[in-house]
Amino acid sequence: MAILITEKTRVIVQGMTGRIGAFHAADMIRHGTNVVGGVTPGRGGESHLDRPLFNTVREAVEATGAEASLVFVPPPFAADAIMEAADAGIRTAVCVTDGIPSQDMMRVKRFLRRYPEMRKMRLIGPNCAGIISPGKGFMGIMPPHIYMPGRIGIVGRSGTLGYEAASQLKSLGIGVSTSVGIGGDPINGSSFKDILHLFENDPETDAVMMIGEIGGPQEAEAAAYARDHMKKPVVAYIAGLSAPKGRKMGHAGAIISAFGESAQEKVDILTAAGITVAPNPSAMGETMARVLAMRKAA
Amino acid sequence: MDIHEYQAKEILARFGVPVPRGGLAYSPEQAGYRARELGGKAWVVKAQVHSGGRGAAGGVKLCRDEHEVASFASTLFGKQLVTKQTDANGKGVYRLWIEAASDIAQEIYLGFVLDRKSERIMIVASAQGGMEIEDLAETDPESLRRMTIDPAVGLTEFQARELAFQLGLKGGQIAQMVNILRACYRAYRDLDAVMVEINPLVVTGSGDLVALDAKMSFDTNALFRRPEVAELRDRSQEDPRESTAGDHGLSYVGLTGDIGCIINGAGLAMATMDMIKLSGGEPANFLDIGGGASPERVVKAFQTVLADPNVSVVLVNIFAGINRCDWVAEGVVTAYRQLGLSLPVVVRLAGTNVEEGRRIIDESGLPLLSADTLAEAAALAVASRPRKAA
Repeated sequence: MAILITEKTRVIVQGMTGRIGAFHAADMIRHGTNVVGGVTPGRGGESHLDRPLFNTVREAVEATGAEASLVFVPPPFAADAIMEAADAGIRTAVCVTDGIPSQDMMRVKRFLRRYPEMRKMRLIGPNCAGIISPGKGFMGIMPPHIYMPGRIGIVGRSGTLGYEAASQLKSLGIGVSTSVGIGGDPINGSSFKDILHLFENDPETDAVMMIGEIGGPQEAEAAAYARDHMKKPVVAYIAGLSAPKGRKMGHAGAIISAFGESAQEKVDILTAAGITVAPNPSAMGETMARVLAMRKAA
Repeated sequence: MDIHEYQAKEILARFGVPVPRGGLAYSPEQAGYRARELGGKAWVVKAQVHSGGRGAAGGVKLCRDEHEVASFASTLFGKQLVTKQTDANGKGVYRLWIEAASDIAQEIYLGFVLDRKSERIMIVASAQGGMEIEDLAETDPESLRRMTIDPAVGLTEFQARELAFQLGLKGGQIAQMVNILRACYRAYRDLDAVMVEINPLVVTGSGDLVALDAKMSFDTNALFRRPEVAELRDRSQEDPRESTAGDHGLSYVGLTGDIGCIINGAGLAMATMDMIKLSGGEPANFLDIGGGASPERVVKAFQTVLADPNVSVVLVNIFAGINRCDWVAEGVVTAYRQLGLSLPVVVRLAGTNVEEGRRIIDESGLPLLSADTLAEAAALAVASRPRKAA
C-alpha cells in the first residue's frame, strides 16, 4: 500500500507548464506516476505532456477526480496555490517551492484547519524534495532510480540526505516503501510525527528511517510519539553536529535558537526515547540493517 | 535580514511605539552637533552594529557634555566592535546613534518571535528586562510570560491587557502597554518581520513607557514585497564572503576549520561537515550550491571557498537529484585549471549522470582524488591535509 502515493493515485501538477514543473512532471509520467492533468491559470482547455490543462484546481478535480497535487508555483504565489488545492478537495498536496514567506505559511496552516478532519488536506513541504513510493509513483524532484522498492519508510527534512539514506539502504539490499521529504522550512505542512503515524499504520512498512537536523521542536515531538505509540523500530540521524549556534545552515529552519535544538541535544532526546541513532551520516544504512537483524533474531 | 537599532526605532515609532529623541551621526563632529541639537544634560552614544551585547563590548556610553560625546565618538568610528554575539573580527562601526538620556525606574523585556511549535507569532515578556533573553531564561525563567497570536484575528486587546497586568504595570501604563504591544504586532505582521525585540522597554521616573533599545529582523523570503525594508540592508555588517556567495546563488557560512566544502543540499552539507569532524578534521565552511548548478556556478563555489586563506583541502560532495554530476564534474575540472589549483581536491559524485561525471573526472588527467562514499570522502579529505609545521 505504501503511504501517500501509489500507482493508482490521481495526480495533478499546479504549474505544469513552467520550465521546472514541466521537466519534473515529464519524469514523473515516465516513471509510471498517474498524472491526470495540470493547472495553469489562463491555459485551461489546452494540453501539455498529453495531459489536459485547467484554469483552476476545482475544474481539474471535477474533470479528473484528482486526489493529489504537486505544487510547482513560485514563492510569491505558492501559499495561494496550496490553499486553492485544499479548497478544491485535494487530499494530499506536495509543495516543492523554496522561499515562501513564513507569514504566508502561518496563514496556510490556519486555513487548512477550517476543514473538517474527513476532508482536510494533508500538506507535505514546502521546500522539500517530495514523496516517492518506489516502483509505484512519485511527486517531486528526486532521482527515482536510486530507490529500491521495499519495506522501509524514510522521512527527512533534507532532500539530498534522504537520497544518501536511500542509496545506502539499496547498497545493502534494503528497499523503501515510501520516502517523504517534509522540507527545511520553519513552518511546514506535515511534521515528523505526522509521517511516523502514517508509517506505523502502513502494513507495507516494517521500520522507519528518520533524518532530522538542527532547529525546531519536531524531532523531540517525534521521539515522544515513537516512544509512546509506535511498535515499529525507528532509526534516526540528526545533521548539524558541527553547526554553530545562531547561524542559519542553508535551510530557513536549520538554525539553533533555543534549548533542545542542537544536534547533540536532539540525539540525546531521541536516544532517551529508545530510538537507535546512527553514529554518522555514512552509517544510516548499516544502522538500519543492524536494527532489522536484531528484530529478526528476537 | 537584520537592521540597525535606529532604523528599528524609526519603524516602531511610525507604528506608535514611543522612543527617545535621537539623531544619527557619521562623524565625531556630527555626533557633538547632534547632542547640541537634542539639548539636555546627558546623552547616550550608541554604536550602530548588527549585534546585541554592544554595551558590554564598550559600544555604548552615557556622556555628560558635548566634548565627551565627540571624543567617545572618535574612538568608535572605524573600530571593529567585538561583542559576545559576533565572531573575533567583530562588526565595523560606521554610524552612531545619539540619544537624549532617559530616566529609568524599571526595565521590561519585550520580544515578538516566530514560535515554531504553535506556528504562530509569540510574545515573550518579562518584568525583569535589561539583560539578554538567553540569560533571563536561565536565571529567572519564572519571570517570562508567553502569549501566542491567532493569525486570523491578530493580537486582541484583552490579550494585550492581560499581559500588561501580568507585568505588574498599573494605571495609565496599561493603556500605554496595550498600544505598544499592538504597534509591535502590526509592525511585525505588516513588514514580514521574524523578530521584534525591545530590551529594555523602560518605565521612566514619571511613569511612562519608552523603548530604549530596539531590534528587528526580517524574513528574507518576503523582501520581494517589502522594498522599504530591503533598502535598509547594510552590507558593511555582513561577512563579505557570505554576501558575495549569496549574489551567486550559493548559500555559504564561513567557519574556522581548514577543509573547504562544496556540497548540494543543506542537509547533505551539514552531514558532510559532521563526517569531517568525526573523521578528525574541521570544516572551513558550509556551502550549498543549490539545485541545477551549472559548471560556472561550481567554479564560483571554488572561488568562494578558496577566498578563505585557511582552506588547505577542498571536498566536493554531490548527490545529484535535480543537479547533474556531469555539469558538476565539468565545473570542478574547469575550476582546477582556471584557478591554477595545487591543493588536494576530493570529489565524491552520486546520483543523476554519475557515470558521465566520473568519466570527466578520470579523463581530465588532473590529480583529483575520487571517493565513492561519504565516509571515504571525508576520511580522504582529512588524510590529504598538508602537515602543518608544529
